Amino acid sequence: MTARGREAAAASRSPSAAGLANPRRIEARLLTGAVLLTALAGMLLGWSESPDLPPAAVITGVALAVTAIVAHITVRHAAPDADPAILPLAFLLNGIGLVFVRRVDIAAGTDLAATQTLWTAVSVGALCLGLLFVTSVRPLERYQYTFGLATIVLLLLPIIPFISAGVINGARLWIDVFGMRFQPGEVAKLTAVLFLAAYLARNRDMLSVATQRVGPLFIPATRHLAPVFIAAIGSMAIMAQLRDLGSAVLFFGTFIAMLYVATGRVAYPMLGIVLFASACLIAYQVFSHVRVRVHIWVDPWSDVQGSAYQLAQSLFALGTGGLTGTGLGFGRPQDIPFSSTDAIFVVIGEELGLLGATAVLIAFLLLVARGLRIALTARDEFSTLLALGLTVTLALQTFVIVGGLTRLVPLTGITLPFISYGGSSLLANYLIVAVLLRISHESRAAARGKPEPAQPSAVRRSAARQRASIANESTGRIPTQGGDT
Amino acid sequence: MNRSIGRVATVLLVLFGALFVNLNVITLIQADDLANHPANRRLIVREYELPRGPIVVGEDAIASSVPTDGTLRYLRTYPDGTRYAHLTGYYSLVLQRSGLERSLNEELTGRPTEVVAQNLGDLLGGANRPGNAVHLTIDGEIQAAAESALDGREGAVVVIDPRSGAVLASYANPTFDPNPLSSHDHSEIRDAWDRLRDADDNPMLDRATSELYPPGSTFKLVVAAAALERGEAPDSLYPDEAVYDVPQTSADIGNFGGGTCGSEETISLADAFRVSCNTVFARLGVDLGDEDLIRQSERFGFNRELPYDLSTATSQIPQELDAPATAQSALGQRDVRATPLHFALVAASIANGGELLRPHVVANVLSPDGQVVRGPDDGPWTGVGNDARPISARTAEQLRQMMIDTVQSGTGQAAQIDGVEVGGKTGTAEADRGPVAWFVGFAGDDAAIAVVLPTEDESATGGGVAAPVARQVLEVAVDRVGGR
Repeated sequence: MTARGREAAAASRSPSAAGLANPRRIEARLLTGAVLLTALAGMLLGWSESPDLPPAAVITGVALAVTAIVAHITVRHAAPDADPAILPLAFLLNGIGLVFVRRVDIAAGTDLAATQTLWTAVSVGALCLGLLFVTSVRPLERYQYTFGLATIVLLLLPIIPFISAGVINGARLWIDVFGMRFQPGEVAKLTAVLFLAAYLARNRDMLSVATQRVGPLFIPATRHLAPVFIAAIGSMAIMAQLRDLGSAVLFFGTFIAMLYVATGRVAYPMLGIVLFASACLIAYQVFSHVRVRVHIWVDPWSDVQGSAYQLAQSLFALGTGGLTGTGLGFGRPQDIPFSSTDAIFVVIGEELGLLGATAVLIAFLLLVARGLRIALTARDEFSTLLALGLTVTLALQTFVIVGGLTRLVPLTGITLPFISYGGSSLLANYLIVAVLLRISHESRAAARGKPEPAQPSAVRRSAARQRASIANESTGRIPTQGGDT
Repeated sequence: MNRSIGRVATVLLVLFGALFVNLNVITLIQADDLANHPANRRLIVREYELPRGPIVVGEDAIASSVPTDGTLRYLRTYPDGTRYAHLTGYYSLVLQRSGLERSLNEELTGRPTEVVAQNLGDLLGGANRPGNAVHLTIDGEIQAAAESALDGREGAVVVIDPRSGAVLASYANPTFDPNPLSSHDHSEIRDAWDRLRDADDNPMLDRATSELYPPGSTFKLVVAAAALERGEAPDSLYPDEAVYDVPQTSADIGNFGGGTCGSEETISLADAFRVSCNTVFARLGVDLGDEDLIRQSERFGFNRELPYDLSTATSQIPQELDAPATAQSALGQRDVRATPLHFALVAASIANGGELLRPHVVANVLSPDGQVVRGPDDGPWTGVGNDARPISARTAEQLRQMMIDTVQSGTGQAAQIDGVEVGGKTGTAEADRGPVAWFVGFAGDDAAIAVVLPTEDESATGGGVAAPVARQVLEVAVDRVGGR
């Protein structure tokens, strides 16, 4: 009998022990794969640079391995039942990002990869601290207005004198703190979703009850809707002011998705699409830079050397890459503007081809799928909405930038999660991963704690939901213990 | 909430699906167009990674790639830049390419067969395969003679080997320096380009191949050829009038400087040719009729794209002419236009017994290890409805003799060279800016030549201005070719 057969036999003999060990063992294997793959890619890139492997090519891989081990050990202790695929996917994308940031370094003569490696360590550190200190997500629900306020403050930071880094690339998104450049809007994504999840979880019943009619749609009373709309529209207005259209789209899409999931009413997305369309029309009329973006999208070839330069270069890169790419280190990222940040996806597309670019997108898709699964299995509304909101943010952000670079939608500058160079983006995305890990741990641990582990989770959840809504009716609050009985 | 999460998942899946489809369209269907788009710098940068083959005249490279320390690893340099600029063209980052650098780009880069990396070692080590060497038929000394004979004046000189159609010299003023245009420094390129573009005298125009001039009296070669082909003889007689009364118009034609061409009542075709008699040739043109005149012109290559290693302008004659237009066209005016290259070729066809050859400037293309990649694009110039013989051997011989007489005792005397049988035809065309002086001729079997000098000097004539230039160049050509 094979080793695997004996293992399976052992697992069947003591199901609880196997259940405890499995997710982390899977995670360890997947992490090993992710780290090995990116470390090898880093070495391959090093060889393309010079036959004697440059030390920097190895250091990055080692650093990634060390952080992965630290993260894995932390998860083992702090969230042992968490989803096993999330962390490896994040590390895979982060590793690919490090390799390609270094690729751009070689072309541009910069040294961003070292900084990005440092930020990886900081971000993973934040993830570990988050997991260690936030042992449950539900207490976070109480800080909803703190998060709401934090969102506004974070979004406004870049226009505050002294710390503002000024207008960079046509947008006012950065601050300088202790000599470090930081984009607080990236973290605002997280706080905004926290606020919305808390608010919607608390008010979903009221928001679900239609009391007034607009055209063919029934919508709830204005006073229930007002705070969410004010928050969402306020954030978007700020971002429109900061000329960060990509983030505005991202916020709005996430908001609408969360509102829909919280209430189950199709009226919200419908209303959202109408609002979005009119916002687009107004933006097109009011902002000249929006008009330029749209014209570039419709016809990039009329001004290849001017306004459409970035889009044209992106398409050239992808077209040159073709199916299999030019090979790692053999493309021309120096021709592509913002190749280490917004446009890093096309650098991957040029050098690894359609195959490599597809692999990266599939990694994102898997991450999104795991995130949605966590939302489905979360044990209370707040956790569900939180997981959903963060996942949708991740998915939309990927869509907005990849779609923009491939001329599927008008190009707006935004980072590609985990891959683009940028500390704030990386930090925010690892915090998202931390939250997803925590939520998945809570639901799985709860499931394991059940007297009948074989019971399908949907049945269990609907029972929990019933109890929750009963509690809701009697107290007006979501019970703090939820389904954790 | 599960159902709505499912729907959100569906929407996200659709969005990602759109990304996948779009990415496939770009990288598979549109890939070729994008990779070869003129604004895609990758192509040119890749080209600069390998040394481009040299363009060689005799033993000397007139264009070669030298290694640099920059990102673009080779710099294109042109040692005698201005002398060969209209042939070599430039090789620029910003402006792409012109001249032979453009038309022979594939040969010079060694693409497409040789640049493909043979193995991983090539790929990693960076295969250092230079492009092919392009050897020209140009003779450096004749080219230099053309340059010095023009002495800075606007104009062009083309010398062709009448036996093969090989171009021995092709020089035009004004010229330009291709070196700054081929620089790796964008601002240097821009400055040079702006200067050249804003210059009034259009120095980027190759007047030897790409500018059309009214041929003036040199077109009498074509008229005489048509007459001889129809059975007239050099001693056929025509009325010698001071004024030819052109049918259907009151605008009559007189001779250059007024008066008759000879002292008799009549004048022979050969004499009329020798002194370039307008009244006789205008009458001859009308008598031949537009159909014959146009047919003879087209047999010489008018209205047909010239097969050449560089792009050229096409000599023109209208498809239909009324009597006044025929009379004027017979004198090389009105809408008749020709390039110096084409008329050098016409002269060559008379010198070689009536065969129109494909002009060519590329002798052969040699791979870095000395193998012939391709030979010259030579042979007879046959076209649709045309054999390569615009005139019979007999007509050629008669014309040849008439041209020799013209240099001996006619308008072309300034082209005489001691001990060399030089023949030619002069021309002085009227153009808006002033007269265009021509000399079209040959020196024995060695060289056919066309010289054109557009001037603003109203007193300039083909015999006075162009013939001496031809002599200076032909002296060197006879020396070079005869001495081979």
